[in-house]
Parts: sequence; structure tokens; C-alpha cells
Amino acid sequence: MPALTAASSAGAATMVRWVSLRIDQDQARFKGIVRGKIRQNLRRYVSQGELTGKRGKDLVSIPLPHIDIPRFRYSDRQQGGVGQGPGEPGSPIGPGDDEDGEGEGRGKAGKEGAEHTIEVDVTLDELAGILGEELALPDIEPRGKNKLLDQKDRYVGIRRVGPNSLRHFKRTYKQALLRQISTGTYDARHPIVVPTRDDMRYRSWKTQEEPVANAVIVYMMDVSGSMGDEQKEIVRIESFWIDAWLRKQYKGLETRFIIHDAVAREVTRDVFFRTRESGGTMISSAYKLAAKLIEDEFSPAEWNIYLFHFSDGDNWSVDDTTMCIDLLKTTLLPASNVFCYGQVESPYGSGQFIKDLRERLGADARLVTSEIRDRDAIIGSIKDFLGKGR
Amino acid sequence: MARHDLATVLPPYLRDLQQEVEAHARSFGLDFFPTLFEVVSYDQMNELAAYGGFPVRYPHWRFGMEFEQLSKSHEYGLSKIYEMVINNNPSVAYLLEGNSIVDQKLVMAHVFAHVDFFKNNYCFKATNQGVDPRTGEPVRKWIDAMANHGATLRRWVDRVGIEAVEEFIDTCLSLENLIDPQKPFHPPRAREKKSEFELLDGDETLEPAGRLRVDRDYMKDFINPREFLESQQRGLDAERAKAKRVPERPDRDVLGFLLEHAPLERWERDVLWAVRTEAYYFWPQMQTKIMNEGWASYWHSRLMTEKICDDGEIIEYAERNAGVMETASGRLNPYKLGVELYRHIEERWDRGQFGPAWEDCDDLEARRSWNLNTGLGRKKIFQVRALYNDVTFIDEFLTPDFVAEQKMYAFGYSKRNDRFEIESRTFADVKEKLLFSITNAGQPFVRVTDANLGNRGELMLAHEHQGIDLRVDWAREVLQALVRVWRRPVEIHTVLENKPATLRFDGREHVQRLRA
Repeated sequence: MPALTAASSAGAATMVRWVSLRIDQDQARFKGIVRGKIRQNLRRYVSQGELTGKRGKDLVSIPLPHIDIPRFRYSDRQQGGVGQGPGEPGSPIGPGDDEDGEGEGRGKAGKEGAEHTIEVDVTLDELAGILGEELALPDIEPRGKNKLLDQKDRYVGIRRVGPNSLRHFKRTYKQALLRQISTGTYDARHPIVVPTRDDMRYRSWKTQEEPVANAVIVYMMDVSGSMGDEQKEIVRIESFWIDAWLRKQYKGLETRFIIHDAVAREVTRDVFFRTRESGGTMISSAYKLAAKLIEDEFSPAEWNIYLFHFSDGDNWSVDDTTMCIDLLKTTLLPASNVFCYGQVESPYGSGQFIKDLRERLGADARLVTSEIRDRDAIIGSIKDFLGKGR
Repeated sequence: MARHDLATVLPPYLRDLQQEVEAHARSFGLDFFPTLFEVVSYDQMNELAAYGGFPVRYPHWRFGMEFEQLSKSHEYGLSKIYEMVINNNPSVAYLLEGNSIVDQKLVMAHVFAHVDFFKNNYCFKATNQGVDPRTGEPVRKWIDAMANHGATLRRWVDRVGIEAVEEFIDTCLSLENLIDPQKPFHPPRAREKKSEFELLDGDETLEPAGRLRVDRDYMKDFINPREFLESQQRGLDAERAKAKRVPERPDRDVLGFLLEHAPLERWERDVLWAVRTEAYYFWPQMQTKIMNEGWASYWHSRLMTEKICDDGEIIEYAERNAGVMETASGRLNPYKLGVELYRHIEERWDRGQFGPAWEDCDDLEARRSWNLNTGLGRKKIFQVRALYNDVTFIDEFLTPDFVAEQKMYAFGYSKRNDRFEIESRTFADVKEKLLFSITNAGQPFVRVTDANLGNRGELMLAHEHQGIDLRVDWAREVLQALVRVWRRPVEIHTVLENKPATLRFDGREHVQRLRA
């Protein structure tokens, strides 16, 4: 067993080794600042939808204005500078990215670029967390069907025997230090602490059973002729954020997509966001399909079911609307945690459907309706939908 | 060397290389501090680069930001740091683990020239912390100094919290460029207290102001007529009024001024002191970017091509060197500009192309074939590297021939076309623009002029306008930082769009007004 000593500055070589912790702290605080910036600009990010396209597997790259420390300096436009290369007077020069790549380089001859931006990677989970905090969204309480259990090992305890790979260095050191001080063998001038067998401490684990909440989101979108590109974009952005938030709440989140005009069909995520059909609108077709989907695959006893429907509210006939309301009453609402209807304003539609829903089913707490006038309204609409914590 | 032979992790084959390169460098007359090489992995290299080369700095988020950017651009393959060296005695340089032998040789050659520059260029004398009485060598224990700043600030973090300290570091960094590069060369200031007492003592017995000595009483009114006495008195009063002003004369060392006069808590003083000390340490590197990189590039190319590379290595070296020297998208590359200018100087002094005869010669043909075989080139560039900084280097040695040969141009922003355009290729324009961009390391001149403005304890600064306005939004934020330190309203006199203007912040709101 090697002697454990407190870190000493034995020379530059070792210094380089242990500072890697130090930059971690600085980096963590930088990330904290970034989170603050994201929070400040969240509304812009949400409504512009520039993030939804930049999605990697788990990470989202967010362009942020370069965080600079302000100083007295010259304004860019008047300055100019000196360059090297071909070209006649009057010919434009390349924009030239201004990253200063050379080691300790600051202050150099040459032009200072316009605004820098940096890209920061944030996990979608974190972003959803920020959204949640910003909108004060309550955590969702899963409905009480915790039948599914998952086993998980967690390292929560300490014990005196164990494999060396689980040795708890700090506790062992403390224990040895304690022993040496209490027996009087500790010498402050030569602070060498040697642990004995009895001092060794190891991490130990407990197996815990965790209830797993299963959830499914069914997105339904009206793709009839009256839904334009802008309307679809709004739906796209809003469902992206809803997805992100619910994903944070549930581990095994399933998503299903239904599009409908006069008939409904289940499609992939890609198709959901891209298609543009043109036909009449029969909303009941989508509700029927959703009801079938729930019956076949997602038993309400085991699943938390979220239904989102986006439309411009221009249904084909009064009869169809009545059928929709019946469907909601008898099957969809009882089965789901919440049924959200978002009505996107379009230049063509009458927007009658939301009024009908509110009139006939407005009392039911499981139904949430929201009107989305434009992109700026997305964030309010998300709050309408998810603000109840159901 | 042996005395400084500290423990490093340099593997034997690199140690052998170091000895070889070092011997070659010395044979050319380079004179450097003992240099320690360390091999680090790329993330350690990024970390060190984020800390400006130092293993330990005070805690601050911007190091984390630097690190994140460096790591990312490394991972994406956009940039790679080959070399880093610290101005310290002994100097410490880092080699990247896993680089090819040619790369390591190149870096070593480059580093020894840098260290020679650190040791011999006069600007860097400002970073001396004293002289070792035994060897006469300058003391530069900056790794220790930076680590001490780190330790001090970390202790304050434990007492007052990271948020408070970091916020105040932000504040101080906003003022980081407000230092006086000449100050380290001033003689130490005489104690003020003493002279104040003398003035008091003297005042009682002092002859009425400025009276000339009168030996014969009847000459009194002729030698000292009333008008003369009055004018003398006025002069003296003005002098005394000036002496009462704080600062006595406009002071560019705003950070030093604040350190002395601002109502700071102890921990705030320690933070400001650390930031100021480090700002002074880094300044010479900003003042000599072109010269320093040029010098290192000049010597790595000579050492590599004349001494170090064997036949199998020369191509790889040439490729690497070309990458360093490239001038992409019309931007000035300090490595390239510096090395070419040293070569230009060397050639001129080798051929005797200097002095009145050369200056007065108008015959193009004669100038082209001018060769007096003076052979002073080597001697001259060594002298240049000791006595010049970027500004004087360009001012004295940039020639019309060189500007044409290097295809240099001056560019500026064209309002009409909303873009940056080449403005001119004439020597005078290029030189003027270039000099402007490196004067004071491209920073505006700002001085503190009055600490008791309007007898209300307000601070006044003056920007010496040289044709380019300050960036106003940033200037406002700097004023906020100044108010944070000074705790009273602060204003700066400048010129905006050709009109004298004052920017003022009183702690609550910003005011911008024109001055008559």
C-alpha cells in the first residue's frame, strides 16, 4: 500500500497533473453563466425554432453571443487595418474569421471581427429543465399505477471490506488521519499518513426497486389545405418543446404521430413534420385512430397517456364536431392524463372548433385548450398545456 | 544548466533532442534562460493554454470558456496548439504528446528563440522581479507569482464566496487594459509625506513669492516691481493648486491609481492587485507580438534547415512551416510579417543598404545592385531584437520595397458598399494603418485626470482621441465597473462623431452629452 500524502508542489511536472480538476471548476462556472444566458434568451430560442434543426443525438448546439469582458476599445467600423495578399484598391476583402488561434496571442495587428458567436452544447434534458424553471412548470405526477418496477444498483453506503476498485480514498485517508492523531503518531512537520488494514473504507451499494412510469404522447395534426407552412412550423416547434419536457419527466417516453385531413393515418416523425396535404377536414377521423391506438397498444392502466391535437379549428361539419365530442367524452378523456387542443390561427379557417370544445367540455379538467396566434404565443401555450402538472 | 536541471517528465529521446537543439541554438549566439520542456496531453495543453500557459491561476470562468473553445476547436480539427512557452526564469515550455519528432524539434527550436527574446528584449525587463545577486541573472518567478495570486484569491473565496470574488474579478478585468506600460521603467517614486512636511515648515519662513534678491534697499522697487511680484504669485498659486490635485498630472495607470485611492475592502484590493500585476506581466507580449513570433520563426527556420533536419525530415518540416506562415484571406500573420522583416533587415545590413548614401540614392539600378559586403546583418538583427518593440520595429524598418514585395495593403470599412475594402497600397497609408493598429497594443489611450471632480469626489477620465471613437456600449459597461470600484460617479471625456462628448455613469443611469 503506497503512502498517501497531501498534494505537495513537488515540481512543475506534478502540477500539470493535478490542475485538471481546477479547469473543471472554471468550466462549470462558465456553464453556469451560459445557462443564465440561455434563460435570458429562452423566449427567442423557443419561438425561432432554430434549435429544433440543430439537434444531435442528445445534445443541442445553441449559438450564443460570445461572452466578452467589456473594455475601453475602438469601435470596429472606423478602424480598418492592414492585410497581405492580392487585390486592387476597392476590392472587397474576405470577412475572415477572427479566432485568434495562437497560444498566448492577444492584441494583434489585424482587424477585430464583428460579433463573435460561440456554440455551446447543452443536453436536451438540461434545456427542458431551463424551460421548466422559466415557465414554472410543475413536475408531472404520474398516475398511480406503479406496477412496472426496475432494479437499480446505487452506491450509497460505506463498508470496511470490499474490492480495491471501490476503495473510498478520502474516507480511508480521514480514518487513517484520525487514528494517527488519536494515537499520537501524527507529525505535522512530516504529514505522511499511512493507512492500515483497519482504516480501509469501501463503497457499498444497495439494490433499489424503482417504479417506472411509462408514458406515450400522441400528436395529432390537421394537415388540410388551410394549414399553411407557418402553421406547421408553429406546431413543429411547440411539439419539440413539449416532447423535450415530457422526456425529462419520463424515462421511457413513446411518441406516436397522426396526421389527418378527411382521413387519418399514423406516420413517422419525419412525415409528421414535412407533409402538406390538401383536403377537407374531419377531425373525428384522427380521434378514432387515436382511440384505436390506445386500445391496441397503450392500456390506460399501465400508461400515462398524453394527447395533443393541433388544428386551425375549421372542421368539415357540425355533425363531425359532435362525433368528436362524443369520442372525447367516452374514450379519449377517461383514458388520458390530459388532452390538449392547440388551435393555430390561420388566414383561412373559421376557428370554430375550439369554441365548440370549450362550450361542450369546458368543465372537464382533463381538457386543455389553447389558441396559438403566432410564434410568440408558443411559450404561453406550452405553459397552458403543461402548467397543471398532470 | 546542471543547476537548473529539475525533475521533468521528458523521456530520454526528447532530452537528447533538447540537448542537440540547445547546442545548435547557442552556437548561433542565442542567449536564453534555462528551459524546461514538459510533455503534456492535448487536454492538458488546452488547459494550460486556457490559463495563459500557467499551471495555476486564480479561479475564473473565462478560463473555463477558453478551455471549452480550445477543446472544441481541437476536437473538430480546426486548430492545434503546437507550442507554448512561459516568460519565466527558468522558462517552461510544453510539448504535445504524440507529436512527430520533426514537430518536437521545430517546437524546441522555436521555443529557444522565444526564450532568448524574453531574456534580451528590453520590454521584458518590465517583468523582472529583481536580480539574483549571485548570478546577476534577472529573477522571474512568475509561475510562483501567479500561483500566489491563485492561493490568495482562493482564500478570499472561502471567506466571501465565489460569486462576490468572481464578480469583482469581472469588474477588474474590464479595467485590465488601463495600465501605463512606461511605469515599470520609472524610477521609484520619492516618498510624498516628507515633501509635504517640508512645504509646511518652509511656508512660515518663506519670502513672499518669487522675489528676487535685493542687496541694496533702495533698488527694491526696481528689482521687484509690483506687477512682477503679482505675476510670480499667480504662477506659484497655480503651481500649488496643481500640487493639490489628485492625480497631480493625468495618469495612465488607472488600475494603480484605483489601488491607491479607491475605497476598497481588503479582499477587493487583493483582487485588483493581482489583476493589475498580471496585466503588467502580459503587456510586453502584446507589445512585441510581431517581433517575438518573427524572431522565433526566423530561428526555427535557420536551425531546422541548416542544422537539425536530415534529408528525410525536411519535407515534413517545410509543410509544417508553410502552415505557420500562411496568410489566409488577406489577414496579416505576425509570424510571417516578423520573419520577413528580420530577413529584410539582415539582407540590408549585409549589403550595406543603410545610412545617408543609401537614403539619398535615387538610381533604381544602383539600388538594386547595391552591395558593399558589409556583412553586418546578423549583428544588426540581434541588436534589433534587444532594443525595439513592434511599433519602433515597424516604424524604423518597414520600407516601400518591403511593402510592395509582401503585397501589403491598408483596408477600411466602406459605408457605401457596406463591407471592408482594400483602400490603398501606398507605403505611407499602409505604414500609418499598421502603426496605428499596434500602437499601445491597439488599445485606446485613457488617463485618469481628476479624482475630485466638482469637489464631489467624482472620478474623471480622459480618452485621448486619435481619430477613432470608443465603442460606446462597451464604454458604458466599463464606466459601470469603474463606479463599482470608485463608489462614486465616474465620467470619461472623449470624442464621438467629431464632437467632444462626455459619458457619465452615476450608479443609476447613464448620461451622454456633448461638451462645448
